[in-house]
Amino acid sequence: MNLSPVLAAGTVYGVLLNSQEEWAAWAGQMSDAPYKAAPKAPVLYVKTANTWSACGAAIAVPVRTPQVEIGASLALVIGTPASQVRPQSALQHVAGYVLVNDLSLPHTSYYRPPVKYKNLDGFLGIGPRYATPAEVGDPNRLQLEVRVDGHLQQTLDLGQMLRPAAQLIADVSEFMTLRHGDVLLLGLGAHRPLAHAGQRIEIRATGLDALGVLTNTLVEGAP
Amino acid sequence: MKHARVACDGAIHDATENNGRLLLADGRFVGFDAVTWLPPLAPVPWPRTILALGLNYADHAKELAFKAPEEPLVFIKGEGSLIGHRAHTVRPAGVDYMHYECELAVVIGRTAKKVRRDDAYDFIAGYTVANDYAIRDYLENWYRPNLRVKNRDTCTPLGPWLADTADIANPMNLALKTTVNGHITQSGHTRDMIFDVPYLIEYFSSFMTLNPGDLILTGTPDGVVDCQPGDVVVTDIEGIGALVNTITAQP
Repeated sequence: MNLSPVLAAGTVYGVLLNSQEEWAAWAGQMSDAPYKAAPKAPVLYVKTANTWSACGAAIAVPVRTPQVEIGASLALVIGTPASQVRPQSALQHVAGYVLVNDLSLPHTSYYRPPVKYKNLDGFLGIGPRYATPAEVGDPNRLQLEVRVDGHLQQTLDLGQMLRPAAQLIADVSEFMTLRHGDVLLLGLGAHRPLAHAGQRIEIRATGLDALGVLTNTLVEGAP
Repeated sequence: MKHARVACDGAIHDATENNGRLLLADGRFVGFDAVTWLPPLAPVPWPRTILALGLNYADHAKELAFKAPEEPLVFIKGEGSLIGHRAHTVRPAGVDYMHYECELAVVIGRTAKKVRRDDAYDFIAGYTVANDYAIRDYLENWYRPNLRVKNRDTCTPLGPWLADTADIANPMNLALKTTVNGHITQSGHTRDMIFDVPYLIEYFSSFMTLNPGDLILTGTPDGVVDCQPGDVVVTDIEGIGALVNTITAQP
């Protein structure tokens, strides 16, 4: 792993059900067992250091798993520690932004933590560039595009997040300090594209060169 | 040998236990009261992976009205939730149920990938004691237990000692107990784990590489009770140490 200086050494937190389309896709089941109610706090998970892959790296897919789910998102990298911050000042705690590809093995239940689906070695593509707040401006205005082998598979409008970047930082920092170098992923779309070994995944923010193009190729893992 | 990491005289030191005192790496002896205790972990170049087991003792699963899981129920904590021995843990205002969880914590010593259970002990650096507090008021059924319950600042005391594997002949044969203000409230034994330490290392390393300094918190037995500000909670594991923590009200 050599991602410096793209990421400082902090914990990477992802968030489930932050996009309107993802919420809408699940809304019909939220009252049912085992969930019994819609989530109130941000639904977080951790992408551990073993998952980190640099831009350009090959990512191994388990032999018995034909397809992985592509989770394009924008990483907010924390500069000044954020504890119980208000939305109005939350973005002042962001040192920069990076594209990520939050890969998962497809799973149909969100009841238990997704460790065996989301924390496989290499399952978080990161990079290639760290863009400053000045270069990005309002992160919620961005659109991400996902291409598999050159074909457009998903367009994700970061403006449709139920908790925009500032609100997300505020709501997470209510119960845990986001430390220098910690990372919050802004959220995923619904209907995330699938890919298999041999395919090349590209993620870019349309109209913003400062983040570059995150490229990773999937390869078959060792048996 | 038992290792600690302490702040003393304006600097952070590695230390070892020596006849009831701390021997700092620079040769000084200091008393246990003369230092601030930090989690007994050496720094690592990447964020530490902290895996924590839920419902890994049959009696505790029953206590919480669950049937025993068929595969490990695991969640991940951030390093920011850790604090050391003799520190304070915040009880949020207005909650009804905050409980400790005394847990054997395994510290990984060597990079572990696709390790077989028969070899698992070779990948362990040592053991410490974790108190994996939960605020049950915040429990939601999405990626449960959710981080608002389990990943709060100050809510994972760890320490005081990292005990070498050489000192712990069999980690699956240790008594655990918790006292609150001196009264025993939790009493269990590591032999009652559903998934034992070698199994857990084989299981996790089958899909994720464990790195030196990573932690596995192996779950807690029956006997969790609500704790209030001012309560002194001591989580104690035979041969490893007694981790002291005091609950404080939200400032």
